[in-house]
Amino acid sequence: MTPRQRRMALVAVVLLTVGGAVGFALKAFQDNVQYFFSPSDVSAGKAPAGRAFRVGGMVTQGSFKRATGSMEARFVLTDFSNDVTVSYTGVLPDLFREGQGVIARGKLDGNLFVAEEVLAKHDENYMPPDVADMLKKKHEKPTGTPTSTTAMTQPAG
Amino acid sequence: MIVELGHFALILAFCLALAQAFFGLGGAALRKPHWMVVTRRAVAGQFVMTLCAFLSLAYAFNVNDFSVLYVALNSNSQLPTFYRFAAIWGAHEGSLLLWLLILSIWTVAVAARGTHVPQITISRVLGVLGFISVGFASFILLTSSPFERLWPAALDGRDLNPLLQDPALAIHPPMLYTGWCGFSVPFAFAVAAMLEGKLDSTWARWVRPWTLVAWLILTIGIALGSWWAYYELGWGGWWFWDSVENASFMPWLIGTALIHSLAVTEKRGLFKSWTLLLAIAAFSLSLLGTFLVRSGIIESVHAFASDPGRGLFILVFMGSCVGGALGLYAWRASLFRSNAGFAVVSRESFLLMNNVLLVAATGLILLGTLYPVFLDALKAGKISVGPPYFSVAFLIPMLPMIFLLTLGMHAEWKRATFNRTRTLLVAAFVAAVVIALILSLAVYEWHSLLTAVGLIAAFAVALSALIEPVTRLRQGHSLSAGVLGMSVAHFGLAIFVLGVTTVESWHHDSDISLRPGQSTQLAGYDFRMNSIRDVTGPNYDAIESEVVISRAGKQVAVVHPQKRTYRVQNSPLTEAGIDAGWGRDLFVAMGEPLGDGAWSLRLQYKPLVRFIWLGALVMAIGGLIAASDRRYRQRVTADAAVRARHAETV
Repeated sequence: MTPRQRRMALVAVVLLTVGGAVGFALKAFQDNVQYFFSPSDVSAGKAPAGRAFRVGGMVTQGSFKRATGSMEARFVLTDFSNDVTVSYTGVLPDLFREGQGVIARGKLDGNLFVAEEVLAKHDENYMPPDVADMLKKKHEKPTGTPTSTTAMTQPAG
Repeated sequence: MIVELGHFALILAFCLALAQAFFGLGGAALRKPHWMVVTRRAVAGQFVMTLCAFLSLAYAFNVNDFSVLYVALNSNSQLPTFYRFAAIWGAHEGSLLLWLLILSIWTVAVAARGTHVPQITISRVLGVLGFISVGFASFILLTSSPFERLWPAALDGRDLNPLLQDPALAIHPPMLYTGWCGFSVPFAFAVAAMLEGKLDSTWARWVRPWTLVAWLILTIGIALGSWWAYYELGWGGWWFWDSVENASFMPWLIGTALIHSLAVTEKRGLFKSWTLLLAIAAFSLSLLGTFLVRSGIIESVHAFASDPGRGLFILVFMGSCVGGALGLYAWRASLFRSNAGFAVVSRESFLLMNNVLLVAATGLILLGTLYPVFLDALKAGKISVGPPYFSVAFLIPMLPMIFLLTLGMHAEWKRATFNRTRTLLVAAFVAAVVIALILSLAVYEWHSLLTAVGLIAAFAVALSALIEPVTRLRQGHSLSAGVLGMSVAHFGLAIFVLGVTTVESWHHDSDISLRPGQSTQLAGYDFRMNSIRDVTGPNYDAIESEVVISRAGKQVAVVHPQKRTYRVQNSPLTEAGIDAGWGRDLFVAMGEPLGDGAWSLRLQYKPLVRFIWLGALVMAIGGLIAASDRRYRQRVTADAAVRARHAETV
């Protein structure tokens, strides 16, 4: 090989390696992008089947059920127009409570949303911004929406 | 009264920072020695005033002055004294004041230690640091003063967030800020070099120790945060690829690249413009971190106090710092051409690869962190990027980098032959494969090829890092602090990689329901819940369970996990029971009552998890050793002395 060919070969190898690496990274990116849907979106069938996504809403009062001694919990998430029933097996976060805004990540199984993870924020009056936005649009103001005073009382980490 | 004095001191600090920026940059531009002397006075004055402001706030916390809004929101008369002090940086306003104080400490250190740097350069550096102080001081004064009064005064405070009432977390923010702020020093030196139009090996020697110290403190800060998250927040996870974690990690990655690029600039006078860019990037990412945390645009456990006005201020400030520096770079970069060459296989090439891969990793993390923010800003839908993306995207550039590191440590400058180390390197690699296989097959069970590769990488780096110190000492040669520091830091990286690979491959966990008297098995250990009882702490009530862990009938440990309720904020907190050990951690956290005396528990077995933080600590120690190298303490070089004299006579 002439020096020129060798240089071109080197460039080709570098390009292929970098291209392959970027390809892998973008594939991982695509696989892990999770969309956020409201219970109304889910009812309308907008959420993808067989793919993980996040759903957020308020935990409906009185909807939390768990058989005594069982690890599986069921509760209803609402945006005050539509509901989604969520099933979660495991330890719920400290601040999970009825009337709180939470986000669940998981997949749809028929009409049941099987969550792999449930997120509730570490603050009494906290509403995840995605949920607060969504509820605002639903023109019915829930209790516990963050106001300027709660924003002030939340310490930073 | 004391609080008003603190507010006044902060205003004075702002004015002195203005003077520092003006006289520092102006004095250097107009070659006025008197102005440069004034700059130093302003630095000292600004430090004293900022310290006064900080101490007055500390005083307000200490005497429980709930007529101060910030104290009322973040403290309580029941709060233990130590946390009353830590509560100063428990929220936004105080954090910024701490930030400003740390920045002024760095500035004083640069002024005091920089006696071997020509006065004109140091004057520019202090000027740039003054400009940054002006930004932060005005930010505090205009948008987030911690000195605001509350009238009528509150009877008692709203208490510090229970999550923050923890020793590791009390010192985590100051460490992190010290590291982030520290990158303002290489940034200031970079701007000074661009203004001066001159950048040489001497410059790199001035900047390296500062970069190393900032980097090592940031390393400890991040490790502390990870450790805290592990036992307090994360139910046993040690890294979550949370946006704010990413924000702290990106400056670290770029800082690491900068340290390596500075090595080339110092030894060979190469990579000059690249080094400048990295210095700008490290500080920009530190500012971006502040912006991300404080503007509340990202959803995160950390993104508490948020206010769009504040976000806008930081954005404008960041824009002027970064934009200004990059503009200067575009104008001046052509002055920093290097003309020395190097072979394809050489120390330079290895360090270049290190830089490219670290920057690539940072870019991929930046993509995952900012993409949802942009999409949301464009109203194009709400998404989040799951942690698996970050794990994959981080591993793609990092795994090759770690393997290249085993060779790069021993590559010669200009053209690498490996004549001296070839046999030892081959031996180290073979040994690494053998040890990794033993660990993979005999100690634990075979997990995956990736795990084996990770273990090989860890042992190869560890053994390779030992070659240089061991051979030199055996031959009776001395070992410079620089080389020793490098070896120690790389050995620390190996410990870290070993810990991460092991814990990610062989951890076991299960969520389970247990009643007092019942027991369960996990990873060969028997977890038996003995009892549940109520306990009372200074400012919380808790339900505590006693879990006895045994193995093969022999008792190993007794842990007492708690579910606490902090009385003032009425917020629950899970305090895990951990039996820590070098070989493994056993982790028990209480979930919730399931009725009928049963509780949900999370049990975890975490092999070698301590190695993660130990590795980070060893890396930091390596940085400290390297920063103590004698050559950074040299007096004025002949060339610099001439220029300094020139500056004084003009």
